[in-house]
This record gives sequence, C-alpha cells and structure tokens, in this order.
Amino acid sequence: MNLKKGLVGMLAATALFAAGCGSRTGAGGNAANEDEEVTLGTIFATTGSVSAYGTPQENAIKMAIDEINEDGGVLDGKEIELVNYDYTSEDTEAAQLATRLATQDNVDAILGADTSGSSKTALQSSSKHEVPTLSPSASADNYTVASDDTVEEWGWRVAFPDSYQGGALARFAEKDLGAQKVAILMDNSSDYSIGLVDFFEETFSGEVVVKENFTAGQTDFNATLTSLNERDFDVLLVTGYYEEGGPIVRQAREIGLDQPILAPDGFGNQALIDLAGPENLNDVYYTTQFTVLNENSLVNQFVENYTERFGSEPDMFAAMAYDAAYVMRDAIERAGSENRQEINEALAETENFEGVTGTFSYDDMHNPSKSVTILELQNGEAVNTYIVDPDDL
Amino acid sequence: MDTLIQQLINGLSLGSVYALVALGYTMVYGIINLLNFAHGDVYMVGAFVGYYIITNFNLGFLPTLILTMLITGILGLVIYQVAYRPLRNSTRIASLITAIGMSYLLQNGMIYIAGPQTRSFPQIINNQLYKFGAIQISTMQLLMLATTILLMIALQLIVQQTKFGKAMRAVSNDPEAAQLMGINSNQVISFTFFLGSMLAGAGGMLVGMYYNTITPTMGAGPGLKAFIAAVVGGIGSVPGAMLGGYLIGITEVMISAFGNSMIRDAVVYLILIIILLVRPSGILGKYEPEKV
Repeated sequence: MNLKKGLVGMLAATALFAAGCGSRTGAGGNAANEDEEVTLGTIFATTGSVSAYGTPQENAIKMAIDEINEDGGVLDGKEIELVNYDYTSEDTEAAQLATRLATQDNVDAILGADTSGSSKTALQSSSKHEVPTLSPSASADNYTVASDDTVEEWGWRVAFPDSYQGGALARFAEKDLGAQKVAILMDNSSDYSIGLVDFFEETFSGEVVVKENFTAGQTDFNATLTSLNERDFDVLLVTGYYEEGGPIVRQAREIGLDQPILAPDGFGNQALIDLAGPENLNDVYYTTQFTVLNENSLVNQFVENYTERFGSEPDMFAAMAYDAAYVMRDAIERAGSENRQEINEALAETENFEGVTGTFSYDDMHNPSKSVTILELQNGEAVNTYIVDPDDL
Repeated sequence: MDTLIQQLINGLSLGSVYALVALGYTMVYGIINLLNFAHGDVYMVGAFVGYYIITNFNLGFLPTLILTMLITGILGLVIYQVAYRPLRNSTRIASLITAIGMSYLLQNGMIYIAGPQTRSFPQIINNQLYKFGAIQISTMQLLMLATTILLMIALQLIVQQTKFGKAMRAVSNDPEAAQLMGINSNQVISFTFFLGSMLAGAGGMLVGMYYNTITPTMGAGPGLKAFIAAVVGGIGSVPGAMLGGYLIGITEVMISAFGNSMIRDAVVYLILIIILLVRPSGILGKYEPEKV
C-alpha cells in the first residue's frame, strides 16, 4: 500500500517537474502561437486496460488529418502536424502528457483523452496552459464542469453527456412508444445510472410506477424482475452496462416480462447478444453515439475509408474521434489563425457542425447539443433507428 | 400468494448454490478448523472449467458436470497439499491468511488466463418455461434444484454410511485420537477437500448455466454469502450448511421482492451478526466450550 502511494507521489512529482521544465523551455508559454505551423497533439491509450477505446480513436484521427491535408490543409494550405502520445491507460500519465504537449511540443490544440477520467486529468493540465482540449469520448457529466461549478473554459467534447441520454430516452418512450407508465431498474451506486435516471424523470411526462435497484456484478435479478412483472407499466428502463444488462434482459424475457426495454449506450457491446441470447433481445432499445445503419453519405464514406484502411468497421469511438478532428479543423479555419485563444473562441461558435455522429452546436456548458440515435433490437439484431432531436429536450 | 410461491422458487434456486458452496466451507472447517476462503474461487473455477469443456468438447450436461466436478475436486486436493498441509501445525491465523492469498491467486490467475471480461456461458439445455397456473418454473431451475438435492443426498450417504465418512467424522471429532486408531487423517482431510471442491465446482457450473454469465471475480460474492450460510446453519454441520444456504437464498429473494433491494446485502450481514451474538454455534451447530 505504502509502495503504491509512494509511486503515485513520485509520478506526481515527475509531472510537476516536467511542467516546471516545460514552461521554461517554452519561453513565455505561448510560443506555439507564433510558430506559423498548425500542430495538434493527441493523447489516447493505445496500450493498457482501456486501449480498446483509445486505439480506434487515434486511428480515426490519423485518417481524418490525412484526409484534411490531402484536401489542402487549413489556413490557406498549411498542413496539420500531429503529435501522438500514448498515456498507457494510466490517468496520471495523461496529465503529464498534456503538459508536455502544451509546453514542449507547442501544439495549438489537443485531441483527447478517451475515458472520462483520463480526459478530466488531461484537461486539468492543458487548461492551466490554456490549450483548447477536445475529448472525443468523455461522457461523464462533470467533464466540462470546473471545480467551482462554472464551465471548464478550455474543455470540449464530441460525445453527448451521460445524463443527456436520459432525456432522449424519456422523449422516445412517450413519443414513439406511447408510454404512460414506466418502471425503472437502476444501478444506484453509479453516477452514470443516477444522472441518467434524474434527467429521465425530469423529462418524462408520464408516471414512474416503480424504481428498483441492482448492483454492479449482480447476476440474479429474478426476485426483482418477478415483482416488477406484477406491476402495471408500459416500458422498463434499465440504466447500466451490458454486463448486467444482458442477464437482466434474459431473465426478464424468461419470466414473461415482455414490455419494451429501454437502455443507455452502456448496452452497446457485442457481448450483450451472447449474454441475453438473441431470442430474448426483442423490443430492446438503446441509445448510441454512432451507428453504421445511418444512411448518410458522410457516414458511408467514413465507414468505407476506415474499413479499407484498418480492416474493421469503425465503432462509435472511432466515429467520435473522426468528428473531433473535423470540429477542430472547422474551428481553426474560422479562427483564421493557430492562436490558442482564438481557436477556443471559434470552438464556442461551432454552429450546426455536420459530422458522422450527428449535427451539433455547442451549448454554454461546452456540450454538443446533438440528436440522439436509438437502436431497436429484434431477435438480437439492430433493425431500426430512431432519432431524438435535441430541440425536443 | 402466487407471487410468494414464485419468489420462493427463485429463492430455492439461489439458495441451492449457496448451499452447495456452504457445504465445502463447513466440511473443511469441521475437520481442520480452517476457514477456506479460497472456496468461493474454486466455485468460480468450476464455472470456467464447465465453460471450456462445453466450448471445446461440446459435451452434454451430465458428462460436463461430472468432468467439472472431478477437475475442481483435484484442484481442491492440490490447494490442500500445496497451501494448507505444510501449515497444519502452525497457528490458525497462518492458514487463514494463506487461504486469503490462495483466493487472490485463483482469481488473478483466471484473469490472466481468461481475461477480465464477462463471458456468456454456452447454452446446452433447452430452457423451457413450465406454467402451473400463475406460477412458472424453468427447466434450468428444476435442473439446478434436482442436481443440488441429489448431490446433497449423495454427500449425506458418504458421510453417514461409508467407511470414509466414518473416518471423516472421527477425524473431525478428535484428529489425534483418530490417528491413534489407525486412521490416516491426512488422507481423510484430502478427501474432504476433494468432496467440498467438487460440490463448489458443480455449483459454479450450474450458476454459469443458469445466469449465463461468468467472470473471474464471480466467486467473491457467493463465496462470502455461502460462508455466512455455513455460519448461520452451524459451521461444521453438514445439514446446517444446507439449511443455511436455503435460508440465506430465500431471505435475499424475499427482501428484493417485498422489501427494498438496496438493503438486501445489509440484511444478510445483519443476520450473520445476530446469529453470532445470540447463537454463535449456528442453528444446527453443537455448542462446544473452548478446550483450554
């Protein structure tokens, strides 16, 4: 235990030391603004426990930047240079790398990191050095909220925040499914689940008949589901991840609970189909940040190019990162310079940006107000998509 | 009323698992006074062994169950020989700490081998739902109950009717005296570990099939609950472990069903505390004053 603490302390000390060194070599810190080159830094986990999220993001950004450069670059023909760092799935490392990008590599903006935790840590460092930082996939509500409850001035994201889906699911339930009464099965030890349910209840005009809880790692839901099945409701909202979601759907369908099941993007994993069994995945609807089912030339082009270059279809992480690169290009173009302050101001004015994950503008809290896609599963296959417009929320 | 019976069926299914695991705790404790905290992880290994047997050899339910039980039984033997036997004559706290270490070893070993992610268990039983009025019971629930009850009867027969069972009871009563009477107590203890681990392995495989989800950390929760079941029933007592298992399973289900699902685990631990305060020897346990 002590050893661990010592190690973290040492890392923190190294980070501080690096920060100190950095600002000295940077000579005034803002040298990046005058170097006449457009440099973007990325921080993603391409090794370690969360590399499954980081790797496709780094790939997609490389692809997007290549496309942009082939297309003539930015600011009248300047090529964008990329500096890619791997934070090895250690959040503290992300902070150090953000400092390094800001002070030594003199980047104009940072794309990253991937998880909410690492993105938040990276943002702590980059905002100190006033570098616009755009995380493709940070989804925790508090990512763009500074410690004093104001907005993080330099923090941006492409993903919609977790709780946002709660509102979208509520609108979908009442409009498309015509639901009046809803039952909720939630994991009330996770912020993800709580935030979602709060926003759902705020938005939903009908009645929440019953709320039950489960805990992460639980496998037996029969008791709760049996008592839910006694109640009268139109849809069941399950807020959790696929690890519990799969068994919940299976056990619910097995005891004959056949109301539609609504869920957030935590259900978006191939393993859901095995855990629940395809025969049980009927009338299951979950939100997603991106789907290849969207018939749209931008999406088709992206899927085709990505598959050709990397040999597999892009997932939602790749899609969000791809959009992040283009959002940044858009901002740099509108800023008309590579000045960090001006890029940051231009990001705020992003208006109806059309990306592969949807069309969006930024709100006051630096969250994209975008449409939410809801997938419909029948027999374990996504057969239909529904779009919930942000204006409805 | 229908709901109550329906929930009772859910409780019996869950209780079967606790009972199977609790038996291993109680037998080992009864014979060498060791709380084998690695037992919950033997149960986890059982689930994974079943998983690998089915995915690789495509066997049916019964052969898979028997093979799984044999393999986990042997694992139990190895654990005893490697980790506990060298410590037979040291303090009880030493073997207790070894048991905790063993538990971590099994858990992290499985994470290393199989990866940390949740897996789905291949379905080899055509799970149907039988309806009796408003009450429904699935093939899997029936199978789980039937297997558990058969295994318990078999265990009871082994302990009460066979020579080995007699030797087990003798060693549990007084290991030194048993040794003086010509019983190879080491062999008996090994056999106890073998039996207990077999039951845990069967429990793990049944749970994998029933809930269709297995992870390397799945042993921790049920392991602890089964330990509570063993204590509540009276640690060291075989019928006590069965009773305790079903009692804890049904209590959990009833609290989720008619109370608040948030306090479910808290209530189970509360029962443990109350039993330890009011009747430390458990419901069916014999009260024995500590020998000085």
